[in-house]
Amino acid sequence: MSLITLIPLFPLIGFLINGIGFRHVPKSLAGIISSAAAFASFACALTLFLGFNGQPQIVHLFDWITVGTLNISMSFQLDQLSLLMLLIITGVGTLIHIYSIGYMSHDEGFGKFFAFLNLFLFFMLLLVMGSNYVVMFIGWEGVGLCSYLLIGFWNKNSNYGNAARKAFIMNRIGDLGFLLGIFLIINHFGSVEYSEVFSKIAEGGYSSGDKTLFYITILLFIGAMGKSAQIPLYTWLPDAMAGPTPVSALIHAATMVTAGIYMIIRSNIMYSLAPETLDIVAWVGLATALLAASIGLFQNDIKKVLAYSTVSQLGYMFMGLGVMAYSSSFFHVMTHAFFKALLFLGAGSVIHAMSDEQDIRSMGGLRKKLPITFITFLIATIAISGIPPFAGFFSKDEILAHVFEHNKLMWAFGVLGSIMTSFYMFRLLFLTFFGEFRGTEKQKHHLHESPIAMTAPLMILAVLSAIGGFFNFPHIFGGHASLAAFMEPLFEQSAIEHVAVDESLEITLMIVSVVAALLSAGVAYFIYVVKKTVPVAEGEETGLQKVIYNKYYIDELYDTLFVKPITALSNFFREVIEFLVIDLIVEGVGKLVKTLSSEVRLLQNGTTGYYIFAMVLSIAAILVWSLKSFLLG
Amino acid sequence: MQQIPDVIREIPLNYYVWFSAALFCIGIIGVLTRRNAIIIFMSVELMLNSVNLLLVAFSSYKADPAGQIFVFFIMAVAAAEVAVGLAIIVMIYRNIQTIDVGLLNKLKW
Amino acid sequence: MLTLSLILLPIIAGLITLAIKGETAKTVALVFAFAELALGAYLYKSFVPDATSQFGLSYDWIHSAGIKFSVGVDGISLILVFLTTLMVPFIILSTFGNNYKNASNLYALILFMQAALVGVFTAKDVFLFYFFFEAALIPIYFIAAIWGGENRIKVTFKFFVYTIFGSLFMLLALVYLYLLTPGTHSADINAIYEAAKALDLSTQSYLFGAFFIAFAIKMPLFPFHTWQPDTYVEAPTAGTMLLSGIMLKMGVYGLIRFILPIVPLGVDQWGFVAIILSVIGIIYGSVIAIQQKDMKRLIAYSSFAHVGLMSAGIFSRNLEGIQGSLIQMLAHGINVVGLFFIVEIIERRAKSRELSLLGGITQTTPNLTVYFIILMLGSVALPLTNGFVGEFLLLKGVYEYNAWIGAVAGLTIILGAVYMLRMVQKSMFGITSKITEGFTDLTFNEKAVLFPLSFLVIALGIAPNIFLKLTEPAVSQLLSIIK
Repeated sequence: MSLITLIPLFPLIGFLINGIGFRHVPKSLAGIISSAAAFASFACALTLFLGFNGQPQIVHLFDWITVGTLNISMSFQLDQLSLLMLLIITGVGTLIHIYSIGYMSHDEGFGKFFAFLNLFLFFMLLLVMGSNYVVMFIGWEGVGLCSYLLIGFWNKNSNYGNAARKAFIMNRIGDLGFLLGIFLIINHFGSVEYSEVFSKIAEGGYSSGDKTLFYITILLFIGAMGKSAQIPLYTWLPDAMAGPTPVSALIHAATMVTAGIYMIIRSNIMYSLAPETLDIVAWVGLATALLAASIGLFQNDIKKVLAYSTVSQLGYMFMGLGVMAYSSSFFHVMTHAFFKALLFLGAGSVIHAMSDEQDIRSMGGLRKKLPITFITFLIATIAISGIPPFAGFFSKDEILAHVFEHNKLMWAFGVLGSIMTSFYMFRLLFLTFFGEFRGTEKQKHHLHESPIAMTAPLMILAVLSAIGGFFNFPHIFGGHASLAAFMEPLFEQSAIEHVAVDESLEITLMIVSVVAALLSAGVAYFIYVVKKTVPVAEGEETGLQKVIYNKYYIDELYDTLFVKPITALSNFFREVIEFLVIDLIVEGVGKLVKTLSSEVRLLQNGTTGYYIFAMVLSIAAILVWSLKSFLLG
Repeated sequence: MQQIPDVIREIPLNYYVWFSAALFCIGIIGVLTRRNAIIIFMSVELMLNSVNLLLVAFSSYKADPAGQIFVFFIMAVAAAEVAVGLAIIVMIYRNIQTIDVGLLNKLKW
Repeated sequence: MLTLSLILLPIIAGLITLAIKGETAKTVALVFAFAELALGAYLYKSFVPDATSQFGLSYDWIHSAGIKFSVGVDGISLILVFLTTLMVPFIILSTFGNNYKNASNLYALILFMQAALVGVFTAKDVFLFYFFFEAALIPIYFIAAIWGGENRIKVTFKFFVYTIFGSLFMLLALVYLYLLTPGTHSADINAIYEAAKALDLSTQSYLFGAFFIAFAIKMPLFPFHTWQPDTYVEAPTAGTMLLSGIMLKMGVYGLIRFILPIVPLGVDQWGFVAIILSVIGIIYGSVIAIQQKDMKRLIAYSSFAHVGLMSAGIFSRNLEGIQGSLIQMLAHGINVVGLFFIVEIIERRAKSRELSLLGGITQTTPNLTVYFIILMLGSVALPLTNGFVGEFLLLKGVYEYNAWIGAVAGLTIILGAVYMLRMVQKSMFGITSKITEGFTDLTFNEKAVLFPLSFLVIALGIAPNIFLKLTEPAVSQLLSIIK
């Protein structure tokens, strides 16, 4: 068995042990088994990465669905893209597993939690390792399932259950798009294997703007909208924060939500030939980035802020994809995985210390009590705000530079978004860690730094957030852009137009966005540290702030537009169509027979003479009828 | 000694037809008007026999024995029918102490 | 001989069961059902995957009329015979927790029903087919009318008359076709195919209508479905399982075996209407299911929606569609039997199926939750479960026929998730209610049903090719007859 097959196998085994043995596997062992499974996958991935020779490898396991000429095989593909994703998923995944041992230690569903985490890893690995779209779809839906299970992990609370359902259903809307995209691919190319589809495109002489490719790419993008929480399917992600915090870190920040970006990079050959789709991708990304960032400005739940920040950062990634800056987007996927996982885990550490309090209005001054959490959180905040030399700066500026080449207006909006990012992140940092403590006495008494199982992953991620940018250190600073160079073969067949950016211009752009971010951080410092402003209590927001705090009432809008009409339709179908239309006809036929019979049966009056008379009369009538020609002469 | 068909042929065919028709109508009227089950039964027999008569007559005139063979069948069946019919009447009488068919309307509606 | 014994064994078993009174009857019935399953498995094992009809057997029945007792198994029959033999033991086992009055009669009827169903799926003579088609109705009528719920008489009467009404159209069509066969006539299915070739479009349209009504009522398709939710709700759960798990497949089987090859021109003309009705059914059933409060009724509507997709796939007349419908019949049988059983388990303990009264069951029942979720996932067609393979192929088939209809039919994967997740959440999650407090976890018997079913959900999802390979030659041949 090759190493490639082992990678998804380890988490599967971990899932089976913890899943089947739930309540039998001792608590101390459950976490270790799962973490070991994740780590073993990471080790395999790392070994493969180090021994990678640049040639894609395909491992065929078995034929899954064969119908006529269509053969969908269960097979894995190992190339630059899947390797990098594997490293991120298993690496960050392992850290979060370890963190969860500490975070979930008091939970009764400990073993179950780790079983689900391992199952998630398994599906996520299938998603990125599959060598065809259908295997990707398995992983795609599988992670959706795990996301559902983990969001609703505390299933006694029906609000959490609703959030979980919302996530699953919104994802399914996207999945339908993905599925239809797959059908179109099969109809058009007769295969779902990446290698076959892409080589057919490369050899088929498709011109830019091809109609079929446009439809395929747009359908796949609908799938990506669902999974990666883009407008209009983003509302599930903030709600998904109902799940345990490590879940938010792993699934709803670092890995699963980047599946959409993975998919588009994987299909870059098609996207590069569909400029209309790319425009849509870019504008949807930008709109999402701005909308989510603006909502993030006034949220008071520490995890909600991070959730909107995730949506917003995903928007940036899509914007990058939309301008064909594939490797830059991927770079951002990677750095984002580091610093966003770190932010969530840090938030988890804070929540853990605060006895499950998530409202930043009740926090403050935590930096003394939670020094490690504070420092790591600070690093992550700087990283996400795009301040050099931390990871976020490099990846975000690379995207923005490409956007600038493409469309100046879009770039301006992008910078606006990064100003907001910097503001809400520093607002979060200041309200949580600076000033005076605003919680209850009991909480204050309970404050403590988290155990080593939780802080160790924080520190590792902090280091990665700090130096992550150097994985793709740009040429203008004398780097080699090694990530971009590594990914180069993925885009060989893709029709990407490269416009060289003027170096001085690029530096100017960087300075603009860095200054903007710093200024915005300064404003946050002024408002929340110097003036010690605390956000107003629930329900006291006014004007625009109220609208933004209530997320522009998008949830209510969807409720009115979709949920309520469907509910009404359901009742209408059941009560009107079913009973008053269809059944009326069906029962009507029965009633008709009944009515007729009640009339006709009166003929049977029981008098024998009457029957005989009728008989004689009928015979006579028949006689007359049959002799009519004779009688009439 | 004359052959029976020859004797039959001594009377014109028309007479047989009219006589049978008359017998048949008497039978029908009997069935329709009487309420006593036995009389109804006898009337039915009368109708059967009128038909038998006609069959025999035509058979003779046509010199075709099939008609007369049919008559034997009809008589045999009629005998069986009478046996069953009378048994039913007896049962009815035992049950309701009457054989007035007007009272037998249990199958009404 | 194997086919004949598959039909005869349940009949003999039923008679024996009938003779036994008391508790042992159920055990005897179960043993025989497993023996039948062993025969089914042997059939599956000895089947050679090609297009021919195998294990054939033919006796004169009504010699002068050319009607024969003629049975045989091809790939299409095989999958359904296998489903029948597979499901009945679990259906019998699922009743072990209940104490029915005159239980031996119930088990005998279940076994008779099985015989009739196997007969329907293996008959190669159209009159034999019709005979079994109607014979299957009798046991289920009594099962529902004797052991059913409060409204059982009215509801089963409606069901019985409705389906008989539909079958009569089929009988008319069959007689018409039979009279077209040359010489002294023959009711052999191939002779009928042969005779139907010469028909013109208008005749085919009438025949299409006659067959379609019969099968559409049986499945049921929109708008012939109003008997179905009520019957499913009122029948005892074993009856509901028989109806939804196996019996509705008679209708689907009829579409494949009769409508497609006999009236191809009729399908050209009217197939579009049939697909539209099917797709309306999918959406209509799913949307209604969203708001249902009774778990059984909810699953009934979901089953209605799933059947719509099967029918749409068949009428799209391509390999994916028909293969998908075959694999989906197997999958749907397994899932729906499992889900109805879970409802039964909940009803046994909580004495209610009302979603508004349930909740929080999972807190005391980890096993039940796991099985429920696996079966639910099969039903919402999550990849690597059996439901996905079927729905994927069916949707692909419909999509190939017409992309827009395919997209609308695809809404089933969204709506399916909506109502299934709602059901799971309302019943299993949240806070315990008065009636779900102290809910006990599965007993051994219950596990003995749910474990194999859940195993099949996943196994069939991972290795669907086992069955797809068996049916493909027969389906290809069928498609070549049509074209």
